[in-house]
Amino acid sequence: MIDRTSAPLIKDAIEFDLKLKPYQKMVLNNGVEVYAIDAGEQELLQLEIVFYAGNSYEANKGVALATNFMLKNGTSNKTAFQINEHFEYYGAYCNRSCYNETSVLSLHTLNKHLNVLLPVMREMITEASFPESELDIFKQNSQQKLQVNLKKCDFIANRLIDAYLFGEDHPYGKYLSAENYQALSTDQLKAHFQQYYVNGRAVIFVAGKLPADLFEQLNQQFGDLAITKNGQSLPTQQLIPAVQKKQHISNDPNGVQAAIRIARPFPNRHHPDFMNVMVLNTLFGGFFGSRLMSNIREDKGYTYGIHSYVQNHIQESAWMISTEAGKDVSEATVTEVYKEMDLLRNTLIDEEELLLVRNYMIGSILGDLDGPFQIIGRWKNIILNDLDEQYFYDSIKVIKTISAEELKALAEKYLKPADFYELVVI
Amino acid sequence: MIQFEKFTLENGLRVVVHPDESTPMAVVNVIYDVGARDENPNKTGFAHLFEHLMFGGSINIPEYDEPLQMAGGENNAFTTNDLTNYYCQLPAENIETAFWLESDRMLSLAFENKSLEVQRKVVCEEFKEHYINKPYGDVGHKMRELAYTAHPYKWMTIGKELKHVEDATLQDVKDFFYKHYTPINAILVVAGNITVEEVKVLANKWFGPIPSGTKYNRQLPVEPPQTAPRSMEMKANVPLDALFKSWHIYSRLDKRYYVTDLITEILSGGGSSRLYQALVKEKQLFSSIDCSHYGSSDAGLLVIEGKLVKGVAMKDAEEALNIELNKLQDEGISELELQKVKNKTESMMAFEDMSVMNRASSLAIYELLGDADLINKELERYHAVTRDELMNESRVIFNENNCNTLYYYATS
Repeated sequence: MIDRTSAPLIKDAIEFDLKLKPYQKMVLNNGVEVYAIDAGEQELLQLEIVFYAGNSYEANKGVALATNFMLKNGTSNKTAFQINEHFEYYGAYCNRSCYNETSVLSLHTLNKHLNVLLPVMREMITEASFPESELDIFKQNSQQKLQVNLKKCDFIANRLIDAYLFGEDHPYGKYLSAENYQALSTDQLKAHFQQYYVNGRAVIFVAGKLPADLFEQLNQQFGDLAITKNGQSLPTQQLIPAVQKKQHISNDPNGVQAAIRIARPFPNRHHPDFMNVMVLNTLFGGFFGSRLMSNIREDKGYTYGIHSYVQNHIQESAWMISTEAGKDVSEATVTEVYKEMDLLRNTLIDEEELLLVRNYMIGSILGDLDGPFQIIGRWKNIILNDLDEQYFYDSIKVIKTISAEELKALAEKYLKPADFYELVVI
Repeated sequence: MIQFEKFTLENGLRVVVHPDESTPMAVVNVIYDVGARDENPNKTGFAHLFEHLMFGGSINIPEYDEPLQMAGGENNAFTTNDLTNYYCQLPAENIETAFWLESDRMLSLAFENKSLEVQRKVVCEEFKEHYINKPYGDVGHKMRELAYTAHPYKWMTIGKELKHVEDATLQDVKDFFYKHYTPINAILVVAGNITVEEVKVLANKWFGPIPSGTKYNRQLPVEPPQTAPRSMEMKANVPLDALFKSWHIYSRLDKRYYVTDLITEILSGGGSSRLYQALVKEKQLFSSIDCSHYGSSDAGLLVIEGKLVKGVAMKDAEEALNIELNKLQDEGISELELQKVKNKTESMMAFEDMSVMNRASSLAIYELLGDADLINKELERYHAVTRDELMNESRVIFNENNCNTLYYYATS
């Protein structure tokens, strides 16, 4: 008979020696930098052209988003349909996404088709034409989608908590109304495009089983463009946080759940406390075995899930607790969140629980470094946040060595209920 | 080609091993041959509730998650109408921890009342979050009820109503466990940085001693062929009218499954697909439109769902949609269109296969369907589809007598 009551021996994950595979760096003729990870078994790759063209740079609300979206909706030579058909014919995915600082045009493709796809991407970032009719459809459909989203308590809560934290005019706090969509014009989009794409600042990330002539192909398609390595610095944005810290919003009289957001301002990755707080956050609400999950889901059953995280912002950030809980237990949920903060401030974490968090985090990073897209994702985060690989190795060291006393001190500093905004939307 | 080896333990547990030395991780995936279709019609949502209870402690181990996290691992599970799948990933050195945990909960659960009480509430909150407290959240239920008269696909995995979940008893939990959670009704897939020999030793050690259990022979009511169109109207507090249509299609192992899958790609697989181009871009009758299918083991549904542009009449929207469907039946598709959807499928499969976790769960699902090697045969089946087959099949599927329509009207 085997003994099923005691666990098999394990190698503590903290004994694992984690390595972040170094990138290869190439510089195009115009100075634009290309960061590449050559890894993986399948003959495919992911390419991301990151522009500094996000909503921090826009002159009017929604312009950055609409410009980014419409890169794919027509060029001087091709209609939106022709662009889509071209990528789809080759089984490739060309996507765009817009963030606060950056906006991205990405490609996922089998290597064998790269040479017929890159010229079209070039066309999109040099000759996008922003047809009036396409913008009208975008405006109409975005407004309709917004109408549906405004019925959802979680959507309302996500918008408002950011507005409380940063201010409604801050890039991290602003959100779009139907009127904002309606006010968009092709002239605004064309101006944004000229300044921040055609003559903008870009950096390229590529990962996969890279073809031997990748650099030549990239240099040929993008090396002669007017985009540069350096460009506009970020306009300074004033933080105007809300005065009222506690807000209860009634959005749907028939709602059966409450969207709860509890959040405080938090510095960016360059702050000395940042990586230490990553450990405290994991313990608090960052994984399935966290304090918040164990108490509020696994012990009380108030919610399907509760999480805490530090927002992924480059400049200012926020530490957020987020959940959707039953309407009747929403107040009790808020109370329990603060109780968990109190516990972390007042009681030392025992070594067993701390080891579990360390092992979980290291194991999770080990699993997350498996595959070219994941590795380049780490690098992209490091590079766009103006950090270097030491940041990765320092983080690992913190996970392995931070003490219970240090975590308690961090909780005393950051987990004070009075510092938090509290929002309940039903 | 995805390489793997198969063997069966004496108690009937099927084991598939997929070694991959390029990763430092190992994946342990256990699939049970039970889903929402196997539920009592008066106790729906149970297979999924049960999945939650599998994390509430087993006979010898009070907590599932903690020891796994201590070993640097992560896990999750999902339930569908057809099956229940559990998977965990951890550093390959610690793989025995996963064998220990998975085998103990196959041996027996702890059957704690507390776990049942809490998870009933958690699942009710999940139900509310996804299906009640959300505009159009009830559509999935209504579509199934309209299209299925006999087959248990007429309810969703989450269950027909909150009450079924709330009423679940500990006796229900025990009965379900002993009926379905046995080696003879399960498949173990181990993938990643391990060898077949290592897996043989570990599988025999941890799973070998578990009593085989009785093979569950599924005998589900067969859905009679639909002979006349069905429709239904609903009004709800949503901002936009919406149109939902569904048609009966084929089981997962039917050759025509691949044709059907490509039809959905032709209709709505991206910015150059037919419905998007004609109805969202050119005619601007819909603000969004999607075509998909269940991908279920038994005969599923092909579903088209679209939100109407404010002010557009339901009748006009439906007519325009029908014109597109007729075009497909009357004129078929071009060689270029066929090549496009085949290329997309090839590429999608390559991207999916990058992750060892995906490969492990695909192997488990294919083995449950009858043969893990289907994973290597799929692509050629898609490539074999012809334009004629696609046109002919679209005529069969989009026959009006096979159609179910849900008109969803906005009151706000």
